[in-house]
Amino acid sequence: MAVTTAGATRDGNAPARPRKNRTFLVLNIISIVAGIAIWWGLSLAGLQFPTPAEVVSAAWKMLQDGTLATDVGASLGRVLAGFALGSIAAVIVGFVMGWYTVARGLFEPWIQFFRTIPPLAMLPLVLVLMGIGESPKIFVIFLAAFLSCVISTYQGVVNVDRTLINAARVLGAGDGTIFGRVVVPASTPFILVGMRVGLGSAWGTLVAAELLAAQAGLGHRMQSAQLYYDLPTIFVGIIAIGVLGLIMDRLLMIAGNKLTAWQENR
Amino acid sequence: MSTPEITPKISVRDVEKVFPVGKEPFVALGGVSLDIADNEFVTVVGPSGCGKSTLLNILAGLEQPTGGTALVDGGPVTGPGPERGVIFQQYALFPWLTVRENVEFGMRTAKVPKGERRERAEHFIRLVGLEQFADALPKTLSGGMKQRCAIARAYAVNPSILLMDEPFGALDALTRVRLQEQLLETWSKERRTVMFITHDVDEAVFLANRVVVMAARPGRIAEVIEVDLPYPRDEDMRLSPEFGALRNRVWHAVYHQRQIKEPAQ
Repeated sequence: MAVTTAGATRDGNAPARPRKNRTFLVLNIISIVAGIAIWWGLSLAGLQFPTPAEVVSAAWKMLQDGTLATDVGASLGRVLAGFALGSIAAVIVGFVMGWYTVARGLFEPWIQFFRTIPPLAMLPLVLVLMGIGESPKIFVIFLAAFLSCVISTYQGVVNVDRTLINAARVLGAGDGTIFGRVVVPASTPFILVGMRVGLGSAWGTLVAAELLAAQAGLGHRMQSAQLYYDLPTIFVGIIAIGVLGLIMDRLLMIAGNKLTAWQENR
Repeated sequence: MSTPEITPKISVRDVEKVFPVGKEPFVALGGVSLDIADNEFVTVVGPSGCGKSTLLNILAGLEQPTGGTALVDGGPVTGPGPERGVIFQQYALFPWLTVRENVEFGMRTAKVPKGERRERAEHFIRLVGLEQFADALPKTLSGGMKQRCAIARAYAVNPSILLMDEPFGALDALTRVRLQEQLLETWSKERRTVMFITHDVDEAVFLANRVVVMAARPGRIAEVIEVDLPYPRDEDMRLSPEFGALRNRVWHAVYHQRQIKEPAQ
């Protein structure tokens, strides 16, 4: 379904599209298999890497004793809490900024300022102020998600086509209706782009925050494995982070495509 | 002037619109007066920059005049209102709504109950011949179909006036001719007062009871030409000598305009 709509916008090479996609998939698979083969070769050739087999068996052990599930659960819980709060706040603040000039003037300098600071740089301060529980980690993730998402939401509101607003006005719509039935749907694509960037940023911040200060989670697991020179566990952590990040990004992308299927140029 | 005993549907009196651009302000409209009778079809034609769209936007309530008055049904225009439907050149359909939802938009705003809303939407979608596409999104429609949907949407709030701003300007010649005929057919079934902006002389003559020719710098009415051709109008009429003569008159009025020297200061 998604493939046909993507192909249909480009006249002419629409029929060639499915075959191209298959070629692409085959190349992807070859690339992944070759990558693992090279890794295996390097580790057998004397590099200090664990072999893929060792990593798989480490992962299996962590699955069986429940540590992997606990770590993934702890990490996902944090990132989802911080990301959800950050996105909600970003959408509200972004809409207010886009809609009211006064709010824009008041918020903008602070958002621009904090955007230049990596959220992790706030961690020492946040740890001092909020202690070492869950809240400081969720807070920096919140900050990362919020700052990535707020600007694009605001851009979305500002960029709403004037003609659509005029069309709603001449159909008798007041400000509330225009906001709810024109501005919100029209800026949805921008919000979704912001959320995807925000999710990536939240995930990156999470793992780093866990490396520095946590009692559970993927970052924490890798940090303690480092002390014991436990390379397979570190590899399991890296792969788990990558796979989870990819899955979350894809889920958000699929949800986004569903929500913005009305867009002309996709 | 016009008959004083009947209030005209639309009455424009000495309307001025000056945009402050740098030192020398741009006079988009320099004192325009025009009456349009109830159920009259008036087309406004003129070169770009003659202020025809500005005049329409003032009547729509989307812009305020800097001088003069614009009256609708004897009352001044203070903002947009459901008694004046507007059709834009860029269609301005809400892309996230289906044809039916677009047509129902104004009625939902006016809190028309669901059953009646459905029925009226159905009626106007059928009137413009889009019943097969009622549940389609705008991105799947051709330009002509989009504009038919916009016309149905404007009709659905039951306005007494339709203001159309170069609605067929972005369409190919053949589609444009078809839509002109369809618009007249729709209009004959559902009479409204229409002000239709265009830069196409053929279109202006084919549709109108009266063609208003405007001139630029400053934006003003150069000439008003009565089109005394009977409705319904069809292809044969378009090829008739009477039509040709009127078209030539309008053409001349549009393209051989006397330039007014702006006063040197």
